[in-house]
Amino acid sequence: VQLLTDSHFNRHVFPPPPARYGGRHTVTLIPGDGIGPELANHVRELFWFCCVPVDFELVNVDSSLTAEDDINNAIMSIRRNGVALKGNLETNHNLPPSYKSRNNLLRTSLDLYANVMHCQSLPGVKTRHRNIDIMIIRENTEGEYSSLEHESVPGVVECLKIITRVNSLRIADFAFQTARQNGRRRITAVHKANIMKLGDGLFLECCKEVASGYPDIAFDTLIVDNATMQLVSRPQQFDMMLMPNLYGNVVSNVCAGLVGGPGLVPGANHGEHYALFEAGTRNTGRSIANRNSANPTAMLLASCLLLDHLKLPAYAHMIRRATLSTVTETRMHTADLGGQASTSDVIKSIRNAIQSTGPLTQSI
Amino acid sequence: VAMAGNAWRSMIHTVTMIPGDGIGPEISSAVMKIFEAAKAPIQWEERNVTAIKGPGGKWMIPPDAKESMDQSKIGLKGPLKTPIAAGHPSMNLLLRKTFDLYANVRPCVSIEGYKTPYTDVNLVTIRENTEGEYSGIEHVIVDGVVQSIKLITEDASRRIAEYAFEYARNNQRSSVTAVHKANIMRMSDGLFLRKCREVAETYKDIKFTEMYLDTVCLNMVQDPTQFDVLVMPNLYGDILSDLCAGLIGGLGVTPSGNIGANGVAIFESVHGTAPDIAGLDMANPTALLLSAVMMLRHMGLHEYGKKIETACFDTIRDKKVLTKDLGGNSKCSEFTADICRRVVDMD
Repeated sequence: VQLLTDSHFNRHVFPPPPARYGGRHTVTLIPGDGIGPELANHVRELFWFCCVPVDFELVNVDSSLTAEDDINNAIMSIRRNGVALKGNLETNHNLPPSYKSRNNLLRTSLDLYANVMHCQSLPGVKTRHRNIDIMIIRENTEGEYSSLEHESVPGVVECLKIITRVNSLRIADFAFQTARQNGRRRITAVHKANIMKLGDGLFLECCKEVASGYPDIAFDTLIVDNATMQLVSRPQQFDMMLMPNLYGNVVSNVCAGLVGGPGLVPGANHGEHYALFEAGTRNTGRSIANRNSANPTAMLLASCLLLDHLKLPAYAHMIRRATLSTVTETRMHTADLGGQASTSDVIKSIRNAIQSTGPLTQSI
Repeated sequence: VAMAGNAWRSMIHTVTMIPGDGIGPEISSAVMKIFEAAKAPIQWEERNVTAIKGPGGKWMIPPDAKESMDQSKIGLKGPLKTPIAAGHPSMNLLLRKTFDLYANVRPCVSIEGYKTPYTDVNLVTIRENTEGEYSGIEHVIVDGVVQSIKLITEDASRRIAEYAFEYARNNQRSSVTAVHKANIMRMSDGLFLRKCREVAETYKDIKFTEMYLDTVCLNMVQDPTQFDVLVMPNLYGDILSDLCAGLIGGLGVTPSGNIGANGVAIFESVHGTAPDIAGLDMANPTALLLSAVMMLRHMGLHEYGKKIETACFDTIRDKKVLTKDLGGNSKCSEFTADICRRVVDMD
């Protein structure tokens, strides 16, 4: 699959943290809930198998506790190591507002302002639409996810959506730079400025301002409801899409669904100082946990993005190629892709694929 | 079956017809022709809703339009032009405020004969239409920082939940799913969710589930058959209802209804005015027609609704006289005539 280039995130803007202790990197690993722990184990074992110079610092976060010690430990660890790989942490939305979403806390504390998801149609994966190749850049820290709510009068709740010029300019700049680096020709900003004239209006204004500094990249805008309608009828028309937090949530899930589901697409969260990699659609997969049936592709591809970020392209290429060939050529599919393979079947197939490329691995 | 003249006459229902702009008048007359062919007991009262300035200087819809709606309680509306420099607010917003149209209902059913990548779609989106993210309350806190307020109230949430379950019961739907993002917006969506749960308790015959907005989107594009009735606040409703319209073929074939307080209901086509084809007999009246069918069902005139809907779907499935947007090159009048013919043949 030539489409997914290895220089995917060959970023010159944010250098990776320097390798310490004899050329080995330390990466924070947060297993999370649901299918998180088993997939985190698979990543660890595969990295060991491939002799990847990465040591994982395992930080468990118990999302059932209301105290925030666990998540603060995780944040401290990421500040120390600079990079992290995580599974999704479940949020019990029946708890009072004082219990904040752990995933959101990570993103806002570490100021991981850019969420990047690359949705690509894969040969061998049965979907209704073909030839999709969309890169989604989503503002990750403000907007509707500001968690500022109050009940001014009993029975009347106000939730604040915050849009700032600084963050809008920042994400727009990130988008245009990423577009340039990845050969993207057109960016579509998704908004609802006809209704939220000031909020989304400001976002659009900032995008247009940044766009004027990149004349080589075309820029247009689309209202969010029209965008989703276009995505389900003709997704091939989109190249890169840029949007605030909530619309990003909707659009990235729609696109992931269009290319084959939550088991296939990895996601990256970038900040000025830190990077966090995870499965793109952030699902916990509680109902299929510990059944050896989860699709490890998204998590493994996320670990490849991690390796790209650490400037270890050879390892990234090796694992990515093996993972993708298992999906597209060998077609070893788990249940979510309509197949019958177990997670370990898929992992075994990936190991075989890696083993056959050269003597870099441990013995099977 | 022959009926005594008086009894039949007393059964005629008055409906306020708002043709709208652009292709509005032609698709409205198409619908009226088809209703006539079906001998539906509807008497149309045409009205114009272009905003006028009232005595206090406030913009309002013309009093004769309001009077007609207040009397008939049922309206059918074509597309309205969005004014840019007219000075008055959007007419749709004005109608919504005037009649407190709190629920927007869109049944999305795959149309056999109009092929999309999604077949077997059969769901209904019910969207709270008065508050939420569209409250229009925004402030500039300091230069470069804007706050938009999303308002969720107990009353509006309860009202929409009650309507959703009532709709499910009246239309033989088996489940209602509340769509939310309470993991992030704990208080606001949490309140919405709590009200839905409370109402669900009184409708034990209907299955109630909750799902995150992103999970709904993810699953919707992979397998829309798993969804039945969806109820949600304003913004999510806006996005999801258009997403579902996209699944079945777009706004040109999607019906829509707005339910208001005091028994008022306005059914409408949600596409634009298409000024480029206005007056050229090229428009597709399907959206407005299906909305009118929705209206008949709302009024309890199910047999007429079924008759007209079947005729419409048969014409589309037959593919002989399709308008341009459906892939054919027939005129609107030919399409309409075909449906009329089928309706008459059914009797």
